[in-house]
Amino acid sequence: MSRIRERLEALRRTGRKGFIPYLTAGDPDLETTARLIRALEEAGADVIELGIPFSDPIADGPIIQRAAERALRRGTRLRDCLDIIADVRRHSDIPIVLFSYLNPLLQFGLPRLAREMAVVGIDGVLATDLVPEEAEEFRQAMGAQGIETIFLVAPTSPDERIATIARSASGFIYVVSRTGVTGTREQLSEAMRPTVERVRRHTDLPVAVGFGISRPEHVREIWRYADAAVVGSALVQQIERHAGEPDLVERVARFAQWLKTGAAETPD
Amino acid sequence: MSMASSLPDARGHFGPYGGRFVPETLMHPLQELTEAYMAAREDPDFHRELQELLRTYVGRPTPLFFARRLTEHLGGAKIYLKREDLCHTGAHKINNALGQALLAKRMGKTRVIAETGAGQHGVATATACALLGLQCVIYMGTEDMRRQALNVFRMQLLGAEVRGVEAGSRTLKDAISEALRDWVTYVETTHYLLGSVLGPHPYPMIVRDFQSLIGRETREQILECEGRLPDVLVACVGGGSNAIGLFYEFLAEPQVRMIGVEAGGRGHALGEHAARFASGRPGVLHGTYTYVLQDEDGQIALTHSVAAGLDYAAVGPEHAYWRDRGRIAYVSVSDREALDAFQLLARLEGILPALESAHALAYACRLAPTMPRNQILIVNLSGRGDKDVQTVADWLHREGTPSP
Ligand SMILES: Cc1ncc(COP(=O)(O)O)c(C=O)c1O
Repeated sequence: MSRIRERLEALRRTGRKGFIPYLTAGDPDLETTARLIRALEEAGADVIELGIPFSDPIADGPIIQRAAERALRRGTRLRDCLDIIADVRRHSDIPIVLFSYLNPLLQFGLPRLAREMAVVGIDGVLATDLVPEEAEEFRQAMGAQGIETIFLVAPTSPDERIATIARSASGFIYVVSRTGVTGTREQLSEAMRPTVERVRRHTDLPVAVGFGISRPEHVREIWRYADAAVVGSALVQQIERHAGEPDLVERVARFAQWLKTGAAETPD
Repeated sequence: MSMASSLPDARGHFGPYGGRFVPETLMHPLQELTEAYMAAREDPDFHRELQELLRTYVGRPTPLFFARRLTEHLGGAKIYLKREDLCHTGAHKINNALGQALLAKRMGKTRVIAETGAGQHGVATATACALLGLQCVIYMGTEDMRRQALNVFRMQLLGAEVRGVEAGSRTLKDAISEALRDWVTYVETTHYLLGSVLGPHPYPMIVRDFQSLIGRETREQILECEGRLPDVLVACVGGGSNAIGLFYEFLAEPQVRMIGVEAGGRGHALGEHAARFASGRPGVLHGTYTYVLQDEDGQIALTHSVAAGLDYAAVGPEHAYWRDRGRIAYVSVSDREALDAFQLLARLEGILPALESAHALAYACRLAPTMPRNQILIVNLSGRGDKDVQTVADWLHREGTPSP
């Protein structure tokens, strides 16, 4: 069983819920990304989503767009992202999912990517702009190396699509909390709960919810219905604010802990 | 004709190209759009309404003009110009904008968004929205807002809100990304009125169909004045809508050669041009699998063209298909050649072409002298050049006026 399934099923067995932070690889630099992964694990992350920076991120709001720009300006390449995971794996067993737009993966070559992911120890992949209908080759290439292929479900997905997605997905299902792009939000969308409930009718796979999750209350609310909460922009915003400060990694870890545990004090 | 009309397949594929590479949120809306379009296509009332507007509002059919002095000057094939520049709002873009705006209304959408490069599609969309009483937001890169300032003001006068996009190269690519982000957010109420044969299925099909009247009119007109089909068709290719609009009708006529002209910009290095077929390779951008200018890592390249409407890193997937099949040839011409052609047409025929269209014209100027005088070459004059006068003035100021 993959690390992802193992972790999420262990949580389920013990009645706990998952916390999944997202990071853009190479923001502020790859070495810090590696340190952030380890610090987030210590802060209670159950799975890490590692974002591969892309020049034209159509599903991302300004915060993650800027993170991708910073990472690309530093010359971050997919090849290097794989290498730092090899490094992280020397100390850590946390499940890791590549979160990317399709084109950088395609240009790397799907069979080659799957092989190298397996070698360095990346467990799953989600391509934001890839839906099951276009994913035949992708799933074959990844499946051949035991890499989980995670797909999105949106509030706009009708039941027939959810059924198709459930059949194509492995690892977990990623429910987009609302129509829109990534970004921080004051309020959690009303659309989240019915979407999760509809997904449940089609699959036993664990369900994670992301997009706009910015506060401990949001995480808590998601945990009432789903198996895990994904936090992206809120965390990336902390990295943007504190990049260059000597305690960046500690600050981000503390922020993640606050999101997960809801400790009374709001970190700035 | 059967070969062409069976494309794309049910999932929007042109051979290996096209398809739908979008976030899941957009999949169902794209399906709804496809169904609404298929129903409209079969509905005589829809056609009647569109035809009536094309005739009385756009001014169709546009003339096919024999460019006598240009032909004599070049000393080869007879050159005809398909005068899309005479359409209301000054370019072929209105054909598609009206068709899609009617479709949006039929679907009960109240808000329309669009991207624009040269501003011609933005003006056409703003116009269609004013005519049909739809709310309109146009996304435009701030670099394009600078070089097409006249069109920005036109859109505003037409009641549209123009939102500047600061990301990336601040041109068409970034405007499309931002329009997609808007659409994914407000998809319930909003129709994304895409301006070329780009993006996810069904857009390449819808836009082609709404533009294909260019070729149908051209066939009738050339048969009327010459009694035979043309030998060569030439059109510029940004996304490729005016080109496929002219070519589509003739795809099944093997004796008609077709040439798409891309922007050669100011050099061969990545970033200096928009010649996707010269140095791009297949990849995914903005929802479709096609030829894309990109670096080794699959990051989308910046592009350059003096013509904002050609300044984009990907080309319509149907063009990728016909290029692989060898049915349509693709070439590129430089900024300089386009500017020379712009001036030549102004002086010889009294027509200021859009800088985009000037690319097609520039290639015709290269090709016509190599063809016998009894052959016929038709150039799609996709738009008029009023919007480009300042750009041309700046260029001439910098480079000096070439002697005629
Ligand atoms: C006059 C004119 N011609 C051509 C184009 C390029 O678009 P397409 O290749 O879709 O015809 C544009 C785009 O803005 C335009 O304004």
